Amino acid sequence: MKLTGAEIFIECLKREGVKTVFALPGGVVLKIFDMLHQQKDIEVVLTRHEQGAGHMAEGYAKATGKAGVCLVTSGPGMTNVITALADAYMDSVPVVCFSGQVPTSLIGNDAFQEADNIGLSRPCTKYNFLVKDVNDLARTIKEAFYIATTGRPGPVLVDIPKDVSQNQAEFVYPTSVSIRGYNPTYEGNKWQIKQAAEAIAKAKKPVLYVGGGVVFSGASQELLELAELTQIPVDMTLMGLGVFPGEHPLSLGMLGMHGTYCANMAIHYSDLVIAVGARFDDRVTGKVSEFCPHAKVIHIDIDPTSIRKNIHVDIPIVGDCKAVLRELNQILRATVNGDQKELRKPWWEQIHQWQKTHPLTYHQEQDGPIKPQHVVKRLYELTKDRDPIVSTDVGQHQMWAAQYFKLAKPNRWLTSGGLGTMGFGFPAAMGAQAAFRDRLVLCIAGDGSVQMNMQEMATAVVSKLPVKIIVLNNRFHGMVRQWQDLFYNGRYASSYLGGTPDFVKLAEAYGAVGLRAENLADLDGVLKAALETDGPVIVDVPTYPYENCYPMIPAGGCNHEMILEDPPELKKKQTGVGKAVPEDKDTVLTA
Amino acid sequence: MSGTLTSTPRNMEHIISVTVENKFGVLSRVAGLFSGRGFNIESLSVAPTLDPSMSQMTLVTSGDDRIIEQIVKQLNKLIDVIKVVDLNETEFVARETALIKVHTKDDDRAEALRIVDIFRANVIDSSPSTYTIEVSGDPRKIEAIINLLQPLGIKELVRTGRVAVAREPIRPAVAQAKKAARE
Repeated sequence: MKLTGAEIFIECLKREGVKTVFALPGGVVLKIFDMLHQQKDIEVVLTRHEQGAGHMAEGYAKATGKAGVCLVTSGPGMTNVITALADAYMDSVPVVCFSGQVPTSLIGNDAFQEADNIGLSRPCTKYNFLVKDVNDLARTIKEAFYIATTGRPGPVLVDIPKDVSQNQAEFVYPTSVSIRGYNPTYEGNKWQIKQAAEAIAKAKKPVLYVGGGVVFSGASQELLELAELTQIPVDMTLMGLGVFPGEHPLSLGMLGMHGTYCANMAIHYSDLVIAVGARFDDRVTGKVSEFCPHAKVIHIDIDPTSIRKNIHVDIPIVGDCKAVLRELNQILRATVNGDQKELRKPWWEQIHQWQKTHPLTYHQEQDGPIKPQHVVKRLYELTKDRDPIVSTDVGQHQMWAAQYFKLAKPNRWLTSGGLGTMGFGFPAAMGAQAAFRDRLVLCIAGDGSVQMNMQEMATAVVSKLPVKIIVLNNRFHGMVRQWQDLFYNGRYASSYLGGTPDFVKLAEAYGAVGLRAENLADLDGVLKAALETDGPVIVDVPTYPYENCYPMIPAGGCNHEMILEDPPELKKKQTGVGKAVPEDKDTVLTA
Repeated sequence: MSGTLTSTPRNMEHIISVTVENKFGVLSRVAGLFSGRGFNIESLSVAPTLDPSMSQMTLVTSGDDRIIEQIVKQLNKLIDVIKVVDLNETEFVARETALIKVHTKDDDRAEALRIVDIFRANVIDSSPSTYTIEVSGDPRKIEAIINLLQPLGIKELVRTGRVAVAREPIRPAVAQAKKAARE
């Protein structure tokens, strides 16, 4: 039977198991929307901006491990979704984005709402397709899902011209895909894995450095087994949080620019770094030439380009983290002998020393302004039994969430790491909520970044996505202000946000619930009230505006040289709270 | 001309042979990879192979070992790339073609022909005041003929960029004979 392109589109999505599409219509995709409207299997979440649709698809993908799907129109629809695609590309998130295109006869004519979608998305997608003939549509969609979800995952764009969605073709969905230029390596080289096992056996001060690759590979069990078998401490990257239980005694927490003191010291003084699904990002390595200077490096990654891109690797292993770790564990189970705890005792004594001397710390006065770290800590303590999914935006609040929200399981952590996209958190949380309607989904946000996709509150209300947003409201772009305090003599160039809206009224304007914790005594009560509310909630928590995020490795600094607290001149300046705020008075909130 | 090209070991010129899908947009993916990651690209030539579904690219680039390793890996990562060979890892032969249109006044015409003869080049077009010369060879040979023709006045110059192919190993029988002779 012949089907139109739009019908083929829907049949393909059903066969790929797609339940939700995050979408915003426009002229050239109307045929597809018309068909979506006439079926029941796939839910359409109508977003208010295409960037929101893209981030929702990312949140969906990160929480489920399956491809997230978004659908946008040509021209501005496409350019709006680019940020989300670039974000997904940097963080290896499997997203399939469908974009409308002007009819094939008009391509290149500067037609209304025409853009070169393929050219625009080429540097920020894993692959992209322009479907010129409806007969190619089914095979293209099959390949798009295959490419997005296999190997190192990533976003794939399928550009569908209007006439292709209207024309008819015989529908045949391919059962398998074979692309001669694309054959990811899953099994690691056995000889190399043996070398790795030998290096682990010999090491005195080893560290596991694990990232987002372990999450997408679904290898957290294998990782746990490896760590427990060998008693090796685990450093997690920002993207890897949750892949190893945050409260586990072997966990040192996050490493890198705002990582814990002991995570950074451990990797710096280690004699063996076992990197698994992590890519030695500059936020982790600091000064590359002095990154773990005493260590041999084992690097396990499915993407060969990640290996030896930034730092020298002694034992490279290209393969899927799960397959490689399984193989490695098998060898270690047979070869590891003696009491590993006893063997690692001197190393752990050193690590415990680091943990004791410089734990994560902040000072909350009972009658003082609320400290942002305290909000995250209380939120964690109040919700940890409910196994929540946590999203963040980008900035200080993100780092505090990473430090204090100790996730126990993978696929609970939605954050924008590589691209650092402010405005990511709220729509990503909605994407996860759309996948898991009954779960608790929290979005920890800053007052700066949450405003970047605030319009999606309408989507949350209409589509019944009861995300709880906790705004750590310091009336600043906090991380920018922190850098200005530390490196720009405290000149707050464009970091003070004078006209921050009343978030309670803003929530109410959208038909959501708005709550505010004015002081420390209110905090727990307000958080609990928010958690008990059925629909979406914004909790506005005015926090101490000059709180800085520590430890901090200045950009290009060494991992063992962290700034651990405000320098003395900064402390002095902050004694007059609020004095340094520019003239433009914040009329809604006061510090 | 075979083998390793002279350059400092830190920043060596490499000729990379890339077999790609013969479809639209592939060239921009390869070019975009080089511009996006700040890799050098000295010359690039593309044409379909015997199998019309594939194209052969010959890329001339330069960089230290780590950069070249990244270039090869990044090229391999492109989904439309089927095969990547860094020809510097083996023996290879490389050729480039140039079309040179030179001004030829009465007494220069004989001089031009002499140069053409020396370089085993061809005159492929002629007008009362110009010759168009086709010359093929190692880039150094092309440079040399350009230098010699320059005094006559070069009106136009078009170069193809290099194409290269790995050399086949010498026949086993010959190799054995050589080995025997050495012993």
